[in-house]
Amino acid sequence: VGRFTQPTDLRIIRVPCSGRIDPLFIVRSLMNGADGVLVSGCHPRDCHYAEGNFYARRRLEMIKRFLPVTGIDARRFEYTWVSASEGQRWQHVVTEFTRRIHELGHAPSFNPASEADWNTLAVQAGQGQGCPCHG
Amino acid sequence: MSHLDDLKSAIKGHLGDLECVIGWEQGYDPLHATPLFIRTEADLDRLIIGPLAVHNLATYLTGYKGKKVGVVVKGCDSRSVIQLLNEKLINRADIVIFGLCCDGVVSQRKIRAALPADPGFVETVEIGEDAFKVTVAGQSATLKMADVLADKCRVCDTPDAIVSDVLIGKPHTPAPAASLPCQDEFEAKSDAEKFAFWQETMSRCIRCYACRNACPMCVCRDHCIATSRDPLWLSQDNSPAENMMFQMVHVSHLAGRCTECGECERACPVDIPLMLLRRFMNKQVKDVFEHQAGKALDQTPPLLTFKVEEERINERGW
Repeated sequence: VGRFTQPTDLRIIRVPCSGRIDPLFIVRSLMNGADGVLVSGCHPRDCHYAEGNFYARRRLEMIKRFLPVTGIDARRFEYTWVSASEGQRWQHVVTEFTRRIHELGHAPSFNPASEADWNTLAVQAGQGQGCPCHG
Repeated sequence: MSHLDDLKSAIKGHLGDLECVIGWEQGYDPLHATPLFIRTEADLDRLIIGPLAVHNLATYLTGYKGKKVGVVVKGCDSRSVIQLLNEKLINRADIVIFGLCCDGVVSQRKIRAALPADPGFVETVEIGEDAFKVTVAGQSATLKMADVLADKCRVCDTPDAIVSDVLIGKPHTPAPAASLPCQDEFEAKSDAEKFAFWQETMSRCIRCYACRNACPMCVCRDHCIATSRDPLWLSQDNSPAENMMFQMVHVSHLAGRCTECGECERACPVDIPLMLLRRFMNKQVKDVFEHQAGKALDQTPPLLTFKVEEERINERGW
């Protein structure tokens, strides 16, 4: 892997197993300003801990499917399986994913950027835009 | 004999063996009910049932673990009881379930909206078949039950208690599962619109944790990660992002466990439509795992198990 060119704006966080990934890690990073999150683990049926990635697969799939309702673009999160011997595949996955995130641009923040935006938000909240069935 | 009398005599028979029986009584005015903990026969006289008995009393069960208690449940509440039993958070032998065949409960929010002004203290409420009369400060208004019925009751497919020791009332023919128009409408919006919607609603949130405290499936009590300092998942900053993060914590911890009783939304003091998130997550769980929490005994929550080959998970190729 060391000799392949990899995107320079990708930060790798190592964990023992994809089963270590709490879906909230992904949500927390997106909330903290990450533009995209990629989770990559060993292929299912090929787990050193026997069943870690089976659980991970279910959890990651649920969080991936849940994102659209929050208004966060679900393309900002992806999960893949790349084993330690698949250097080229790794390079392909990270380059493709970073390219996708570059196309999407910066992620919006739930917190307004300026004081003026905070004030607009406070006015809106005071009027209660609300959901149609809640008036 | 009315259903209430049936229920009272059923409870009377069990009162001796139980720590208490949890039901409902009139709250601070005739329009509001409040939970009632029946310990003596004298308490039994205050028991009420009907459209005002909104609370999901299954919330209290984990707090009584190890003691024998009775609980009065509607169809939706019985799903929470089943889910607690399936997760072994309570013991079946310790609880006596008085199941009701429920005709739907009201939404206080909708009543408030239907009345001309904020009612304040309500003097009398007369409940009829499909309408009820509310008297405030000498003036009375008639509300149609169809207008003030809670959202969950409009599309309810489990009106009768699924699990019970005593079933009170006449069982319904269950309606087919349906989805709420407002849910579909919201899901059809664009990402940007949904984002703006949550930004605005979450800026109203005061992080009182009423949604968490009212939730029958939130059983961590003092160990909730939202209030833990180590690890520090959430700061005390009351900003839309942190408030939204808290809701994401709640939803993801309820994935495959939420029974859609709607208590979080009912308890919310600033009217945040939290069920939009919960219903959406449940829909995904149903899609992928064909699982609905609390619909049957002896189910394993889908995220606590796995299959080697998942039929419905498309592992995206790269």
